[in-house]
Amino acid sequence: MLSQDSLKQIDKELTKYPPEQNRSAIMAALRIAQVEHGWLSNELIKYVANYLNIPPVQALEVATFYSMYNIEPVGKYKLVVCTNLPCALSGGVNAANYLKNKLGINFGETTSDGKYTLKEGECMGVCGDAPVIIVNNHSLCSHMSIEAIEKKLMELQ
Amino acid sequence: MAIYTSGVIFAGVDTADKDCWKLESYIKRGGYSALDKILNSGMTQEQIIAELKSSGLRGRGGAGFPTGLKWSFMPRALDGQKYIVCNSDEGEPGTFKDKDILEFNPHSLIEGMIIAGFTIGASVGYNYIHGEIFEVYERFEEALAEAKKAGYLGKNILNKNFDFDLFAHHGYGAYICGEETALLESLEGKKGQPRFKPPFPASFGLYGKPTTINNTESLAAVPFIINDGGQAFQDKGIINSGGTKLFSVSGHVNRPGNYEVPLGMPFAKLLELAGGMRDGKKIKAVIPGGSSAPVLPGDVMMQCDMDYDSIAKAGSMLGSGAVIIMNEDVCMVKALERLAYFYHEESCGQCTPCREGTGWLYEIIHRIEHGEGRLGDLELLDNIGNQMAGRTICALADAAVFPVRSFTKHFRHEFEYHIEHKKCLVNHKWC
Repeated sequence: MLSQDSLKQIDKELTKYPPEQNRSAIMAALRIAQVEHGWLSNELIKYVANYLNIPPVQALEVATFYSMYNIEPVGKYKLVVCTNLPCALSGGVNAANYLKNKLGINFGETTSDGKYTLKEGECMGVCGDAPVIIVNNHSLCSHMSIEAIEKKLMELQ
Repeated sequence: MAIYTSGVIFAGVDTADKDCWKLESYIKRGGYSALDKILNSGMTQEQIIAELKSSGLRGRGGAGFPTGLKWSFMPRALDGQKYIVCNSDEGEPGTFKDKDILEFNPHSLIEGMIIAGFTIGASVGYNYIHGEIFEVYERFEEALAEAKKAGYLGKNILNKNFDFDLFAHHGYGAYICGEETALLESLEGKKGQPRFKPPFPASFGLYGKPTTINNTESLAAVPFIINDGGQAFQDKGIINSGGTKLFSVSGHVNRPGNYEVPLGMPFAKLLELAGGMRDGKKIKAVIPGGSSAPVLPGDVMMQCDMDYDSIAKAGSMLGSGAVIIMNEDVCMVKALERLAYFYHEESCGQCTPCREGTGWLYEIIHRIEHGEGRLGDLELLDNIGNQMAGRTICALADAAVFPVRSFTKHFRHEFEYHIEHKKCLVNHKWC
């Protein structure tokens, strides 16, 4: 279910931990699998667990505990906006409201064309650069004024 | 992002230079000379710990525990694997200092961790990096590769018969993993649920082995302390609050950002460095140490100094050094509602008082904010808080209760007005 490239990345992660501690690599392995597939189906979670030689339930509990794993399908672009207090004081809530109106969806929803999923984020540790939006977990966009959001949406086609 | 520095972790770091994080730049700034010093001068583990103790360095993650003392708890002479772990899982609302260290000066942390490994007898270290900053994690991996290639990591470092390997572990979205034993669980590939203490990590840590866990900023200050001596670090601050500290200033100021300043600096001065209040508005409230620290009224804060004792005396905590500044347009009920939601979201669910209590706190504050508050709700919040704080495995429950107690204490009239009039006392604007 995973490409040679993904498996190679997982193998590299495994070298970080003692040989008998494969389980430590589960977080990275699930991340790598998610990058390839967009979300983690039960089959994929089981496949990753088998690859690491750990019980599937151990992979499942990690996939369901940490908020950045997508355990159901998401749009092509998952946008997570931080609205926590420090960000709200510098435009985080405004940015989120603008996106809700613009995309016509609420938090936790995906546009009907399957392009965007909008999520409310908790502290990302970059409060000084608010408003902050993370695209597909790995691309952090700072100082997201309305103009910057417009520009970003144009890029994310 | 503004980084004002008074010469410890960010000394000589030009954050506008896109290569400032690289090994070459770090070495030009005198980097890895502390490691060289301990390996070539034959400094002993005990001498390094003594230097750390004399520096007055206290854990910069929030608890403020003396770092030298923590290192001394490790059974250094014990055979077998030991670990040094860095907590870069920075998710306390308002805190964004460790990210800047990793982004602009990662080798200061790597050098600090190598020295820590040497001191506590650990041959392997892990740096657990906050999930949301993937690009910073990737940069840290690059910095590790540079250090390895240059012979600062791996076998026989600087030909001194000392081995040390360091790896980065990427989190994936869980505030609770900033709690040290939850972090260890997560590093072991499990749900991040805190462990009951004792046993403490120094005796039963990662994979059950003796482990020391320090915050990024604490470890990144170690090279300075070794190079210039513990006393030089202590002298930058004041008694009981040695050294400099990174303050992450956010909210209604003109220049949010990180400020590396001497501990003991008056808050008014820090506010001035951050460009003062945005739009000339009045300061209403400040959370001085991250969202878990009790809020203080602006006028109280203006009389405080930024050190452990001054903030504690005023009734709050220096915590992680996250200074959240709110102006007169903020409704304190609304502000607290958002924080309460956060703790409810992030409770790991292991202990009933926290799992259920955080939900109740949020529900009640939510209904007060939405004009459905009832007489007796403030007493109910108190009552629930009393059943949570100190009754759980970790401090998340306490962290959820502190804001509730302090907001309802200092701004009680706003809560009462909300309950009585079903609306806001102030014309609330987030920004």
